Amino acid sequence: MNLTAASSMTSQPDIGTLRSQFPALQTEVHGKEVAYLDNAATAQKPLAVLERMEQYYRRENANVHRGVHTMSQVATDAYEGARSRMASFLGASDPREIIFTRGTTEAINLVANTFGLGFSSGDEILISEMEHHSNIVPWQLLSERTGARVRVVPVTDEGELDLEEFRIMLSERTKLVALVHVSNSLGTINPVRRIIADAHSMGVPVLLDGAQAVPHAKVDVKELDVDFYSLSSHKMFGPTGVGLLYGKAEHLEAMPPWQGGGDMIEQVDFAGTTFNEIPHKFEAGTPHIAGVIGMGAAADYMEDIGWEVIASREQDLLTYGTERLAAIDGLRIVGTAPQKAAVISFLLGNAHPYDVGTVLDRLGIAVRTGHHCTQPLMKRYGIPGTVRASFAFYNTREEIDRLAAGLERAASMLS
Amino acid sequence: MSTLDDRASELVAEFELFDDWMDRYQYVIDLGKELDPLDEAFRTDDYRIHGCQSQVWLQPGDSAGSVHFKADSDAQITKGLIAILLRVVNDAPATEVARADLAFLDQLELKEHLSPTRKNGLDAMIKQIRLYAGALAARSAASN
Repeated sequence: MNLTAASSMTSQPDIGTLRSQFPALQTEVHGKEVAYLDNAATAQKPLAVLERMEQYYRRENANVHRGVHTMSQVATDAYEGARSRMASFLGASDPREIIFTRGTTEAINLVANTFGLGFSSGDEILISEMEHHSNIVPWQLLSERTGARVRVVPVTDEGELDLEEFRIMLSERTKLVALVHVSNSLGTINPVRRIIADAHSMGVPVLLDGAQAVPHAKVDVKELDVDFYSLSSHKMFGPTGVGLLYGKAEHLEAMPPWQGGGDMIEQVDFAGTTFNEIPHKFEAGTPHIAGVIGMGAAADYMEDIGWEVIASREQDLLTYGTERLAAIDGLRIVGTAPQKAAVISFLLGNAHPYDVGTVLDRLGIAVRTGHHCTQPLMKRYGIPGTVRASFAFYNTREEIDRLAAGLERAASMLS
Repeated sequence: MSTLDDRASELVAEFELFDDWMDRYQYVIDLGKELDPLDEAFRTDDYRIHGCQSQVWLQPGDSAGSVHFKADSDAQITKGLIAILLRVVNDAPATEVARADLAFLDQLELKEHLSPTRKNGLDAMIKQIRLYAGALAARSAASN
């Protein structure tokens, strides 16, 4: 993206211009322009990202860290440039603290399979009731291997972490606190600064699942003093199949490698192999080069739009959406924490989420239905799942009006 | 023409009466409401077909070489689709049901709901119906 285009977007962007940068928003579904309200599942991609990736494949494609030839140098510069870009995006001072992964899930699995290997019977890992399966199952697997126990911090009826209980559960046995920053099912923004301070006061490191946080607000890992932070590119307007793990250098350097292969080694000999320095120690094999470059372009795009614009647009959509939906007879919002990202999970009377989602789809409205990969949380609320509308800055009040009208219609059909 | 084909044509004709998709869905939902209730004793895990999005319970039965199923779902649209399927296969000869291609669902433009990726339990239900009908047909053939 050139600077003129960037600066023209800073103050008050025209929504039409903004939306025109996302080709998929013009898709027709059942004869209507899609109202894409499933951004927490994956966000749409702006031209800036698509064009950057195409440019890589069309003109720069070469393997990284391998060749002396010019194209390999160009590709390596772009790839490593994206690492620096993502470090600054997250407020990390050292690009070596950024490990590229396939996404948040792989980032958490990486920590479980390296940092977690130091845990043993009697040790505890604290997670919460609102975790995505990707921040539950890796710890259960680790628990089976090491004997460390997974303990679960409860969630209140409103959808907030029970902080009092958290403090009681935090002990000298706790070896790691692994929590979601923003809940994908409820939208709750957890008070991570306080949680990290509490954990650190007991000498316990903290991992945050930031998949749903980075699309909505600036995250500064240095300011948070978080030990590990994970994210997925595709939820922040970048390509699928790529994400990252931020880790403090002191942790990453002490951790053993996980996957073995090319790039992660220093010397290979049948008598024994020595490993590369961080971050390369954790990046075995040819990485998703185009994806990493695309993720860097997505970070550029978001900062060009500006965090203030993103926050004010999303807050407006959340407030308006909550008002419109709460006014629908029989509609119950699940997750009413005071601090929420632009996510509204709800049930429509006794209607099954699947039925509601199917009717809305016929009206060209894309929402997510089901348990949102948070089955324990749904069990906590005694519900099979919810309908979830999740907004991005490119959504509009008109789309929320369509959602509300669609829900009225679904309610009358399904009564 | 087979029993199944006749019944399927009848359903296709009924659906053609609706121009609007929403009216078709309303009809699917209404058909679900008319479905023979499933005995509570069969609303258990043993008879449950797991779907990620919605659940289906299927109770098989037969008499004189014909199949007769009862079924239910926790989602109304899924239940309506069950009603449509059972209207076609119930009390039809097992031999016919076992090799039914259910192509009429294409004509009803409802086939998308029967894809395994939809995760509503219906595709697994159809497999169960075919398996049961196939086994019944094989038993009848062996005893004849």
